[in-house]
Amino acid sequence: MEFFKIRRDIPFMRHALVFNVVSLLTFVAAVFFLFSRGLHLSVEFTGGTLMEVSYNHPADVNLVRNQIAGLGFTDVQVQNFGSTRDVLIRMPVVKGQTSAQQSEQVLKALKAADPTAELRRTEFVGPQVGDELAIDGLKALAFVVIGIMLYLAIRFEWKFAVAAIIANLHDVIIILGFFAFFQWEFSLPVLAAVLAVLGYSVNESVVIFDRIRENFRRFRKMDTTEIIDNAITSTISRTIITHGSTQLMVLSMLIFGGATLHYFALALTIGILFGIYSSVFVAAAIAMWLGIRREDLIKAPVKPEGSPDDPNSGAVV
Amino acid sequence: MQAGAGLGADPSPRAMNRYPLWKYAILVVALLLGSLYTLPNFFGEAPAVQISPAKAAMRLDAATQARVEQALAGAGLKPSAITLEPNSLKVRFEDTDTQLKAKDTLSQALISDPSDPSFVIALNLISRSPAWLSALNAAPMYLGLDLRGGVHFMLQVDMPAAQTKRVEALAGDIRSALREKNIRHAGIARQGDRIDIRFRDEAVLGAAENLLKDQFADLLPVRGKDGADLLLSATLQPVAAKRVQEQALKQNITTLHNRINELGVAEPVIQQQGADRIVVQLPGVQDTAKAKDILGRTATLEIRLVEDSAEARAAELSNAPVPFGTERYLERNGQAVVVKKQVILTGENLTDAQPGFDNQTQEAAVHLTLDAKGARIFKDVTRENVGKRMAILLFEKGKGEVVTAPVIRSEIGGGRVQISGRMSTVEANDVALLLRAGSLAAPMEIIEERTIGPSLGAENIAKGFDSVTWGFVAVAAFMCFYYMLFGVFSSIALGVNLLLLVAMLSMLQATLTLPGMAAMALVLGMAIDANVLINERVREELRNGAAPQSAIHAGYDRAWATILDSNVTTLIAGLALLAFGSGPVRGFAVVHCLGILTSMFSAVFFSRGLVNLWYGRQKKLKGVSIGTVWRPEGTGAGQKSA
Repeated sequence: MEFFKIRRDIPFMRHALVFNVVSLLTFVAAVFFLFSRGLHLSVEFTGGTLMEVSYNHPADVNLVRNQIAGLGFTDVQVQNFGSTRDVLIRMPVVKGQTSAQQSEQVLKALKAADPTAELRRTEFVGPQVGDELAIDGLKALAFVVIGIMLYLAIRFEWKFAVAAIIANLHDVIIILGFFAFFQWEFSLPVLAAVLAVLGYSVNESVVIFDRIRENFRRFRKMDTTEIIDNAITSTISRTIITHGSTQLMVLSMLIFGGATLHYFALALTIGILFGIYSSVFVAAAIAMWLGIRREDLIKAPVKPEGSPDDPNSGAVV
Repeated sequence: MQAGAGLGADPSPRAMNRYPLWKYAILVVALLLGSLYTLPNFFGEAPAVQISPAKAAMRLDAATQARVEQALAGAGLKPSAITLEPNSLKVRFEDTDTQLKAKDTLSQALISDPSDPSFVIALNLISRSPAWLSALNAAPMYLGLDLRGGVHFMLQVDMPAAQTKRVEALAGDIRSALREKNIRHAGIARQGDRIDIRFRDEAVLGAAENLLKDQFADLLPVRGKDGADLLLSATLQPVAAKRVQEQALKQNITTLHNRINELGVAEPVIQQQGADRIVVQLPGVQDTAKAKDILGRTATLEIRLVEDSAEARAAELSNAPVPFGTERYLERNGQAVVVKKQVILTGENLTDAQPGFDNQTQEAAVHLTLDAKGARIFKDVTRENVGKRMAILLFEKGKGEVVTAPVIRSEIGGGRVQISGRMSTVEANDVALLLRAGSLAAPMEIIEERTIGPSLGAENIAKGFDSVTWGFVAVAAFMCFYYMLFGVFSSIALGVNLLLLVAMLSMLQATLTLPGMAAMALVLGMAIDANVLINERVREELRNGAAPQSAIHAGYDRAWATILDSNVTTLIAGLALLAFGSGPVRGFAVVHCLGILTSMFSAVFFSRGLVNLWYGRQKKLKGVSIGTVWRPEGTGAGQKSA
């Protein structure tokens, strides 16, 4: 079986401008939503109390909301979680009251109203912890960006490093944009998913860059555009199949993972889809505009071609 | 395997796709070890009763085991296994019913006084895996709280308070020291973490400064001026401040340990996190209110005189009423002691307690250090009561216990007290620990709390398991369908990846959480990338007209560098998560990083081994089963063979 029966190199770079404009527009939209709507951060980041209560029958969210409001708590969010029988309650930190008192008081009130209410889990995060988590998250992001750029700069050249990181950071911003637009909950596992996707999408760019370098060496007559077109065309089947396989796994998580893994899997899905787009259409185009040349990658042939010690005898796919 | 090697210069086809014997040996050993350490995960868990000592002084030994066996035999309960570990005795049962009965039986048999239990008897679940596996240290994966249910607390120790307490004590000590040396000051005051001593006269200040430098190495004195007064300001040396913090943290952890023992938790985790935080995890505990109550409780230490009247003596030996103004408390060996109600000193005045030896007799001893106020009182009391006994009591939950009741031999000044006599080294250690741990060194605040119900934990396991299973099945099915026999090899390699990953997690006893299970699914999805790269490359070689053997060879060799590159970038992200992540992110990162490492082994080395085994021996290989090899010209399209 073969999905990809491509006779001629697809002229991706002819439309590079269009792709980059599309990217730029999505990017700007994502940034706009990030600023206008902001992320709906989970209690892990904001601090506060979270309770998951389950009933043995479909729960009336409004009723639960009123019961809690009756206790004098303000700014309480109540929503269904996973199923109609499970309710998720979020409460901000109340000064002078411990989370234990808060959650016990609420559970007591809910139990009094409906004895089938059962506490499934509680989570309390102090405000100082939340700030630290946010800072740690940014540190991790910086670490990934710098680490990957250094690696690519050593393995290839700085132009590739810059192109790959711009393309993939734009994925990250777009994922965040989705979370801001739909006001999906941004929790720690989602953060982990975003960073994992960043590392994963860079793979894609690496595979294409490897092929570009290989082509520079093999096809001396081709110009840069043709070389990039050929590289993308010959790796596209692998790109789609690999991402498809990963997406199968993520889909399985989306279906079977339940509410806890829902946003995690969602972040991965968006990351994988935009990862293909950005690696194929954006990264190579940026590299082209940064002016990659044959001379950058292929140094004067000091050693015979194909020597095992030749740092440029990179991989091909 | 060298990247790009062999461009146009293929080695002889005979040796091309063969592994030497040692490579197969490595594969077999890895597979065997992987299976061995994954095995315990399949046996499931059996209900058990876990007995651990409630006090540091108690030891579990074969005698305890004999008592347990006897008690169980007496009740007609049959344990399926009993294992004695250094700090616990685990008794396994076939069903929960027997387990509950056994717990009651053992509680009756081992604990004579329910108000003061000497053992913690808790229900637990332990692996059903056979003894020979446990002997190899093969244990099932360690499940995190989100998978097994329980509570998690993160407590922040109030370090400024610990420091203030220490500075306050030092200020008192300085006051006494100056008085002893007859150095006249114009006032000592604590300003935050600084001690200000005022003087009227330069010479006196100099003398005081020398004294501070001599006797208070922990302090850093600085001269200054405040209006007409000369000022000597002393702050804690950075080293000393750090030591105060470390001690406060250690002491709080010890105290928490002692308190949690009362909860009867089978496997509590109490760990330091960062410089000033403590993480407490209590698997299986549902009653958070009680847990928090116990964690937050304060214990108090009191020093009182022992009543030495004849009446009191009689009351100690029998249950006769105690004389007026006295109370009866029990020593830890069960001996009753009648003490006066009047409190001489409380734990507030005790700054330190360390085990050691008597200088003259070389007997085991406990050295106490009192603050200045405590030292003064202690000196007076001991002077007036030479030859009498003094009791040190520890109160917890409003219940008192006599830690020790030594005889006062002489007047004790200077705030350094030594308790010795009739003590073994172990006992001295325990008494010192108890005295130190009796109270918290500094107040603590719960800054993070998580409770997960047991049903939710079981559901999370099922969800994680289903995600991994169905994702795996889908990917494997697709690979077999698209790449035929090569897809089968890839799927087997993916299975080996999962096996090795589970084995590594079991071996390292890393905590598996729900995000960790998600990472497992994700890493499998990413690992298949390596096989796709290889298979696509082999197809491309075939498309370009390479002979089957050299196509396989080139496919593997040329894909290797790309696989390495892409795994390194993924690993960088994984390491960042490991370094900066906490809680759920860390659980994700551990599995993610391990999975990348195992995938490099299985996807490249192992799958190649399978291919070599299958195709490597066929000298005249006509074709390989890798699905359709499509050619643009249409010549030889659909080449397929076995």
